[in-house]
Amino acid sequence: MADEHGRKWDRCLADTAVKTVTGLGVGIMFSVLFFKRRTWPVSLGSGLGLGMGYANCQHDFRSPYLIHGRVVKDQ
Amino acid sequence: AGLVTVGGGIGGTILYAKWDNKFRAAVENNVPYSDWLLGLALGPPSPKSGLPIKKQVRILEESLTSSAKATLQAIGAQEAALQAITRHTLKLKEAMEAEEKSAQWKDLEAALADRTGAVNDAETALSKANEALDSLKSVIDKSKGLKVSAVRPLVLAAEENLHNMVVDLDKVVTKVHSAESEAKIVSQYSELVNEAKQQFQREVSSLTPEIQANWKGLTGKLSSDDLNALIAHAHRRIDQLNRELAEQRVREQIHIDAALEQQKLEDQKALEKAVSTALQHIKEEARLEQERKLSELREVMEAEMRTQLRRQAAAHTDHVRDVLKVQEQELRVDAEQVLSSKMLEQETRYRQLSQEQLDNFTLDMNTAYARLKGMEEAIDSHVVAEEEARKAHQLWLSVEALNYTLKTANADIPTVPLEGAAQAVRDSCHDSDFALALSSALPEESLHRGVYSEASLRARFNSLRSLARRVALIDESHNSLYQYFLSYLQAALLFEEKQEAPPAQLCSEDLDPFKLLSYASYCLEHGDLELAAKLVNQLRGEARRVVEDWLTEARLTLETRQVVSLLSAYANAVGLGTTQAP
Repeated sequence: MADEHGRKWDRCLADTAVKTVTGLGVGIMFSVLFFKRRTWPVSLGSGLGLGMGYANCQHDFRSPYLIHGRVVKDQ
Repeated sequence: AGLVTVGGGIGGTILYAKWDNKFRAAVENNVPYSDWLLGLALGPPSPKSGLPIKKQVRILEESLTSSAKATLQAIGAQEAALQAITRHTLKLKEAMEAEEKSAQWKDLEAALADRTGAVNDAETALSKANEALDSLKSVIDKSKGLKVSAVRPLVLAAEENLHNMVVDLDKVVTKVHSAESEAKIVSQYSELVNEAKQQFQREVSSLTPEIQANWKGLTGKLSSDDLNALIAHAHRRIDQLNRELAEQRVREQIHIDAALEQQKLEDQKALEKAVSTALQHIKEEARLEQERKLSELREVMEAEMRTQLRRQAAAHTDHVRDVLKVQEQELRVDAEQVLSSKMLEQETRYRQLSQEQLDNFTLDMNTAYARLKGMEEAIDSHVVAEEEARKAHQLWLSVEALNYTLKTANADIPTVPLEGAAQAVRDSCHDSDFALALSSALPEESLHRGVYSEASLRARFNSLRSLARRVALIDESHNSLYQYFLSYLQAALLFEEKQEAPPAQLCSEDLDPFKLLSYASYCLEHGDLELAAKLVNQLRGEARRVVEDWLTEARLTLETRQVVSLLSAYANAVGLGTTQAP
């Protein structure tokens, strides 16, 4: 159980890093391709990536506390 | 009194001498005048019957044989004499009828010598035979005096033999006598003839002295004178002889009568003699016949008497048999009665004794049986106790084994699965529900996977503690990443006691994770896993989630340990209970 925390962190960080870099890359691509080398798609992309990663990480850490409800039909 | 004694002695001697002849002979030999006295009293002594019968018989037989021999010899001699006489007579007749010859004379002389010799021999043999016959007769007479029946047939036979011998002897003697008489006649005749011949010869020689007496060779030598003289002499002689013959013829009858008379006399004598001898013989025969008949009759009588006696004996035996049978019956009845009464008595006694014996035996058997039963029960109870003890021991051993397995946990490796030991425990406590319940109360995880040792839990806790500190602020409501960051910051900045002794009662302040963790550390360090678990149980939120694993492990260990300690306590108690104090 204690290991999971560590694992979670590993996953989280790896995921965040990947997302950030991917976003950066997409941003760079967009900026190069469509937005005449402006910096705002890069930062947008990286920010997007970072944000997604952060959200995933948080969601992952909150997962045990999230209660999944089901609709029970009364008969 | 002395006279009576003497008289009695003498009388006794006389009586005994009457009874025993040997004694009589001895007395007669030794005591003078006793033979006169005994002869007066008893009569002449009986013939010596002291001789044993066999000896007598033997004597008889011997004399018989000797007399028979002598008789035969005599008969033979007589026959020889007879033959010699007849031969002589024949020779004489021949010599007379034929011419005189010197050889014939010689033969005649030889025959005469033979005859005389034979006659002498016959006479001696006859005398001997007579002697033997006389002795036989005397022996027979003596043995007749024995009056023993066994000798009688022998005596009878001997008498018969004697008689036969006498008869034969007499016959032969008569034959010899007749032959002798015939020979006498012939010899007389021959003498006469010889005399006549000699007379004639004398006359012839007186007439013719020169001529020899030989007739036949005379033919050439005689002269006519001699011949005439001879013829004249011969005629004269013939005349004489004729005259004599006529005279003789005249006197013939007288001579014949006289001769007849003489012959008659002689015949008479001979007849008388023969008659007497025949009479004697016949008498003898008759006597013998009588004796034989007597003996036969006696035998027959004796046989009949024997048969009668046998019959009587048979009758007697039958009678005796019958009487014996009757007696036997009576005796048997008596004996059977006695026997039955005795048997009854014996039986009752026997039955009594056997009953007694049986009772005693039953008693003994019962006591023995009771004792045996007691012993068996004691042994059984002992066995039961032993069994119980054994079971308790086994239980204790299995519980010890279980206990031991708890120690097999190394640093991070759990113990071996407790399944085996638990099964052993279950096996060794069939009849104890308590133990069974306990052994089934062992948690599954411990059975299949084993439990962690306290040391490992302690070690783990140390690593967990830092983690728990880091996520101390995170719970259901505070679980964003920002909170994570803040809790990390808190953990980095907050310093608490590594170990702090927990108070007896927790207040709300003590529910701070850091405090709780330090309390738990302290407890763990001091080996109180239970309290540590309790304290750790107070954590909330993410820290609780993080230490959940550890908590379950600790709970498992605690549970197992509790069960095992209970089992061991139970086993000890049972063992103590079943142990017999020496």
